[in-house]
Amino acid sequence: MAENSPYYLPEGLPAPKAQRDGMDAGFWEALRRHELVVQQCARCQSLQFAPEWICHKCQGGNLGWHRVSGRGRLYSWVRSWNPVHPALKQAGPFIIAVVELPDANNLRMVGNLLGDPMQDAPFDAEVEAVFEDHPEATLVQWKLVR
Amino acid sequence: MAEYSIKDKVAIVGLGETKYYKRGQAPVSEFQLACEAILKAVADAGITVTDLDGFASYSNDRNDAARLATALGLPHYAWASMVWGGGGGGGSGAVAQAAAAVAAGYAKYVVVFRALAQGQFGRFGQAAYTWPYGLFVPAQWVALRVRRFMHEHRVTQDALAAVVLADYHHAQLNPRAVMYGRPLTREQYDRSRWIVEPFHLYDCCMENDGAAALILTSAERARDLKQKPVYVMAAAQGAPHRAAAAAENSPDYASSHFRTLAPRLYQMAEIGPQDVDVVQIYEHFSGAVPISLVEHGFCEPDGVMDLCRLENFIAPHGKLPLNTSGGNIAECYMHGLELVNEAVRQCRGSSTAQVPGAKIALVASGPMVSPVSDLLVHG
Repeated sequence: MAENSPYYLPEGLPAPKAQRDGMDAGFWEALRRHELVVQQCARCQSLQFAPEWICHKCQGGNLGWHRVSGRGRLYSWVRSWNPVHPALKQAGPFIIAVVELPDANNLRMVGNLLGDPMQDAPFDAEVEAVFEDHPEATLVQWKLVR
Repeated sequence: MAEYSIKDKVAIVGLGETKYYKRGQAPVSEFQLACEAILKAVADAGITVTDLDGFASYSNDRNDAARLATALGLPHYAWASMVWGGGGGGGSGAVAQAAAAVAAGYAKYVVVFRALAQGQFGRFGQAAYTWPYGLFVPAQWVALRVRRFMHEHRVTQDALAAVVLADYHHAQLNPRAVMYGRPLTREQYDRSRWIVEPFHLYDCCMENDGAAALILTSAERARDLKQKPVYVMAAAQGAPHRAAAAAENSPDYASSHFRTLAPRLYQMAEIGPQDVDVVQIYEHFSGAVPISLVEHGFCEPDGVMDLCRLENFIAPHGKLPLNTSGGNIAECYMHGLELVNEAVRQCRGSSTAQVPGAKIALVASGPMVSPVSDLLVHG
């Protein structure tokens, strides 16, 4: 990780892009505004992530977006060492986190856990969303709440 | 009696495989490898190639049935099927399809095969939501699930090491194994580099070139053939609720995805886990094995550390001999079809790490993908 970079991972990884069919555009637009949202069914109010074209509970096709707090729980994490992408060749290890959102029916999101890549973060620890602005899109990262 | 059953209607009568190579080292094309494995299975069965009239495979095998039937010069073929999904999840499912085709009378001799020359092509494709965070490959998302399981049930690295050391131990007895003649110690394992924690280099399967095949026919025809028939007791495929939900949203997360299959498997076979003599459990990564064992009823989640010990896993006298040919980690990564062939060998009594008197063998194919599949065979 470059000391003076505003990003957790080196530049050169694939930039996130809304799907061509527009299904998840609202998610990426919200991140641009530094808001975290999940899908919500207009008929049965169920929450859903990752986005789908229909609600998995009632099969309704009218899905909107529901804003969540950005507080989460560190459900699992791994320290990844192997350079699995050319952009990671010069980087050291980094942490991938799976975060559960207790205020969104424990739906999960993937991000990086900010801070020392050699830290030993406790499972189920409270984390909060940090928005990482890139030229093309905004990522949601996570940091431990102390 | 199970509502769905194929029990004892179909037998596995022929096994074949090419020499197994390290990735990129096959001297011939992938298609030739497929043909060679199939012809070896035909010879092993003591039939002629023109008896073959069906094909089954998985993981979008590139060598399609029409080309194979043409190249092999079959008079006709009557069955061709492919299990959906990637990785090794369809390994036992392809056997289930072949068995179903034979039992239903669609075909007389169906060959299940898988051919890989990974040096000649790329690997699986990938999905979005995860790439910008450096989450690209199965080692990483399998590790995320395994770490959660280890946290919930106080499982340590020792359980993973036991799987790897058992694989290497059995590979030293198996001249087909790519790691034959290359024993592994716990110290070498511990010293090897991290790929993604908790997986060292040795916790990850190899990448190989080669092909494997097996032939199924009806129990009646099997009686007159060259080899001792090994019967399909039961097979199952599928996955639990929303198992393919993106961005790590599979509801039952710290799972190998067998929870809904194993009960169906045992019910069809009319046996329980206590009746199984030897297991072949798919290990793309060692850490999936303890979870798969739990989901097949071999121990409780909190009993993993008691079961997953080297002495329990090794033939001939371990409590639950595991991956007796060396498996994906030390025999060959043929997407787990080598595990099916090994289960058949155990029931024939011809394994290089034979479990004395083994009658019933279980195969679990492709943990954590969707679908996964399961197979029980008996001698």
